[in-house]
Amino acid sequence: MNRLATAFRDLRRNGAFLLMVLPGAAWFILFCYLPMPGAIFAFKEFRVDLGGGFFGAIFRSEWVGFKNFEFLFKAHDAYIITRNTVLYNLVFIVLGLVCSVAMALLLFQLTQKRLAKLYQTAMFMPYFLSWVIVSYFTFSFLSVDKGVVNQLLGTLGVQPIDWYSDPKYWPYILVFMNLWKGVGYSSVIYLAAIAGIDKTYYEAAMIDGASKWQQTLRITLPLIRPMMIILTILAVGGIFRADFGLFFQIPRDSGALFPVTNVIDTYVYRSLKVLGDFGMSTAAGLYQSVVGLILVLTTNKIVKKINEEQALF
Amino acid sequence: MSMIPKTAGAAAVPAGTSRRSRDFHRLSPFWNTIFHLVSGGFALACVFPFLFVVIISLTREQSLLEVGYRIIPDALSLSAYRYIFQTGDQLLQSYLVTITITVLGTLLTVVMTTLYAYALSRKSFKYRGFFSFLAFFTMLFSGGLVPTYIVVTQFLHLKDTLWALILPMAMNAFNILVLRTFFQTMVPDPIIESGKIDGAGEFRALFSLVLPISLPGLATIALFSTLGYWNDWFNALLYIDSNQLVPLQALLMRIQNSMQFIIQNSSLLSSGQSKEMIRSLPQETSRMAMVVLATGPIVLAYPFFQRYFIQGLTIGAVKD
Repeated sequence: MNRLATAFRDLRRNGAFLLMVLPGAAWFILFCYLPMPGAIFAFKEFRVDLGGGFFGAIFRSEWVGFKNFEFLFKAHDAYIITRNTVLYNLVFIVLGLVCSVAMALLLFQLTQKRLAKLYQTAMFMPYFLSWVIVSYFTFSFLSVDKGVVNQLLGTLGVQPIDWYSDPKYWPYILVFMNLWKGVGYSSVIYLAAIAGIDKTYYEAAMIDGASKWQQTLRITLPLIRPMMIILTILAVGGIFRADFGLFFQIPRDSGALFPVTNVIDTYVYRSLKVLGDFGMSTAAGLYQSVVGLILVLTTNKIVKKINEEQALF
Repeated sequence: MSMIPKTAGAAAVPAGTSRRSRDFHRLSPFWNTIFHLVSGGFALACVFPFLFVVIISLTREQSLLEVGYRIIPDALSLSAYRYIFQTGDQLLQSYLVTITITVLGTLLTVVMTTLYAYALSRKSFKYRGFFSFLAFFTMLFSGGLVPTYIVVTQFLHLKDTLWALILPMAMNAFNILVLRTFFQTMVPDPIIESGKIDGAGEFRALFSLVLPISLPGLATIALFSTLGYWNDWFNALLYIDSNQLVPLQALLMRIQNSMQFIIQNSSLLSSGQSKEMIRSLPQETSRMAMVVLATGPIVLAYPFFQRYFIQGLTIGAVKD
């Protein structure tokens, strides 16, 4: 009785707070937690015609065990999409880190601060554009008959290349586009960190006669290293999630390019909307979520070892 | 001359001593030029494609057919824009859809995120741990695309409604993290507690004490959200079939897909058929003009707001 009274008192005391979190909590439950049991479709033959809507489908659809996974892994698809997702992300992480830190260091050194600001603003622009827009940009360069690249090749006497049907160029194109869109904004973040470094370090170094290069190696880089490590490890945690827009919009959904452009996310989408194979699509999604969770937990553990405060949880 | 005392090393090279000591904090002209070339070159590469699309949209259609995309066009024309404003019912409709979902969505996001983040930022909230978990666990695990799709279409019945473009993006844990951290650092607990002694409830404290000094934080969330809604095509791809509800980005995506379809299947379609399909689509220059019109507002506005994005990204990147 007493305990019940305390519980009620607590609820009343926190009434205002509970009212505040109510809309948000309802959203999380509807859009994040309600779908979670739906992952069960990975082990079922999904049917919507059984009545009862979402829950009806969950309870009444027939169990098929691991058939959906078997299908996914036997068809060789699982290998290709996993390879593409992981390898592209690894390259993005490594090159992205190197390029954006280098660019931040460069911008920091420029003597004309106004120009540096202008460059920074310009580099930030791709971050604000959607992949749909960017794919129009790439098309203006890579179009077979009108594109700039083929025109240039033409003036050099090289035969025009059918970019959108030849897979061999696409690993480079995708890496290039990822860097083009991302380096500006991450270098701006690193630059903000560098600008926050206490100026007295540099003054002391100058008095001691350290060159710019030495200052960079001995002051700037060591001081932004924690940030580099944390951001990289977090990115590694997300290595199983691909940037859907990049892999879906930039190659213009061209089937000839699938061997090098299909990643887990595009595969899940196409199985759902194009093939209508709910079971296999859910299975691929669940595979991604579970491996992703394991990766995040592992990387978080590593972060915790390096720096307790920076760990996510 | 230089304020830096001459060191033994510098004194050993009498000629140009002052220039060398200046080198410690200034880049030499040679390296300065190199650095400008690299960073300026990349900066140009980042804005050039947009400028190029603007140029294409201003080119005469006929010259495009003859010589392809040119950086310096041989004939300029405004006809693409004229065409769009005369016949662009779909474009105007899509503009309307995009503006509606951007405004409504951003309002919803800011209100819900602010309330949630404020409660999480207050130590006196007893169930803080539970609601933190509820929000942040979604960063780690999700049911996946298909279950979400089924919930939205079969349970919430949002397919082909405006809400399908607004609600799925209304909240995210990252925004809550940013705003909670912002509240915690900007508004120390003692201020709120003193306000509460004066008789203010939590809502009063939020609206009259916390919000007025947290506007930069709210601006960050609002701008992230505006950008997200303006640029969204994914929800339309999943949930929208009706032409009445297609937002701008999704419209551009649809046009592009039909083009690609015609190109890929040109051998299957009879020439008359494919000609008919191409005629039903906007011409090349008009398509580029639509890209310009869809991107223009962002490109014009972001330089004034970029510091809020940097702020949000740095808060998000370093946690508390």
